[in-house]
Amino acid sequence: MPIKIDVAGLRKGFATDQGMLGVVDDVSLQVEDGEFIAIVGPSGCGKSTLMRMIAGFIPPDSGRVAIDGAVRTQPGPQGILISQHGSVFPWLTVQENLMFGLNGGQSTSEKVAIANHYADIVGLKGFEGSYPHELSGGMLKRVEIARALAVKPAILYMDEPFSALDALMSLRMRNELLKILGRERHTVLLITHDVEEAIHLADRVMVLSPRPTRIQATFEVRMPHPRRLTSPEVQQLRVAILKELGVASDDDPS
Amino acid sequence: MSRLRQSMPGIAIIVLLIAAWWLTVTTTRSVIFPTPWQVVTGTIELIRDGTLWQHIGASLGRVGVGFALAVAVAVPLGLWMGWMRGAYDTLNPLFQILRPISPIAWIPIAILWFGVGNASPIYLIFISSVFPMIVQTVAGVHTIENRYLRAAENFGVSRYKLFTQVVIPAVLPQIIVGMRIGLGVAWLVVVAAEMIALRSGLGYLIIDSRNAGNRYDLVIAGMIIIGLIGLLLDGLMRGLEGLKIVRWRYAH
Repeated sequence: MPIKIDVAGLRKGFATDQGMLGVVDDVSLQVEDGEFIAIVGPSGCGKSTLMRMIAGFIPPDSGRVAIDGAVRTQPGPQGILISQHGSVFPWLTVQENLMFGLNGGQSTSEKVAIANHYADIVGLKGFEGSYPHELSGGMLKRVEIARALAVKPAILYMDEPFSALDALMSLRMRNELLKILGRERHTVLLITHDVEEAIHLADRVMVLSPRPTRIQATFEVRMPHPRRLTSPEVQQLRVAILKELGVASDDDPS
Repeated sequence: MSRLRQSMPGIAIIVLLIAAWWLTVTTTRSVIFPTPWQVVTGTIELIRDGTLWQHIGASLGRVGVGFALAVAVAVPLGLWMGWMRGAYDTLNPLFQILRPISPIAWIPIAILWFGVGNASPIYLIFISSVFPMIVQTVAGVHTIENRYLRAAENFGVSRYKLFTQVVIPAVLPQIIVGMRIGLGVAWLVVVAAEMIALRSGLGYLIIDSRNAGNRYDLVIAGMIIIGLIGLLLDGLMRGLEGLKIVRWRYAH
């Protein structure tokens, strides 16, 4: 598989009253085309900063990000960021939101067709004319995902996409995401603090250290989909990752 | 039914006030202060001879023109100042100095520049309503949440689409708040302006009624009509808040 995302030596610090605060410290990683990578780390470790650098929203102090071998410094529709709080435009209908990213030469009727197709894929058929405030949190997340998919991005950057949802809805969204990814291949970089979510979804799980963060360990997840979250392999991997994060204890029931 | 019940205390206090007014005037046997009934007959008199509609029309016309000019200037200017740091830094100090100057203080200069015709009050209305609307529009742009701008950047949309589908709709609720404030101020100002230089309008009606024979019944009639029209104008602006395109702002 060719390398899709090549991150080399990323560093980032922010100036504070107490001096320079290192946030990201020398992160390098490579993501293959079509691969699903999950990055887990303790909260406040600089996960989101790392993600925004990789997606091109903030420049690193040093290091570089290359997509398909070309260095990239700006965000673009080839890699869409989906974040925790979402960015579905509340003043546009579902359909208008889904059409927002379609800026190619398509005619309006083609754009409508694409929007309706993706609304259908994420289970929002019949809600095309609704406004976001009329939808539930889970449905909003679907709009966000569908809006991203509609521009056929090579990469999806997902920054704790489901953490604002309740546990049940989060699980359901994971299953739907896997279903969609089975149909349309995307390279995915997921940032999460939920170890189970990482194991459920990813081909590889990378564990970040506390701030200033770097990659502390990498775990391959060699289980075919659909994965059974109660299986011993998943539980073993979960314990190993939690141990790496420094939170697993001997009396852990699993 | 419940709406009627909700408005009962409001109506009751007005009725009570009118009763107290009536009682006070009759018991003190005031010769100059009118009873509520005299105000009603005075109003009927104004309606009969047609002057009431002329005065209302004149006042509303001035407000309409001055306010429309202010919207046409304040909205684009506010968007520009909100979006461009440099424009904000350049213009904001000047506007912050001009804004607290009462429109009444502008009257001498307005007369000097525009004479005693319609242009003076229109200018006063413009100057009084343009600043609150600029301030609201700028604040609207400054409070657009970053995640929306980031999404627009992510999808690589054109500048035109960024403005028409993100910035302007995001600011629109604030613009409407500004327009509500602006129109309220404009209505306050037109009456004051008409008291000084003009021969028509509700402000002129009040001053003229006093000067021409102490017709305080007409003075109070004018005041009540001003209040009622102001209420109507505010209701009109509140109606804008119900538009589909801004309803997101008021939903939970």
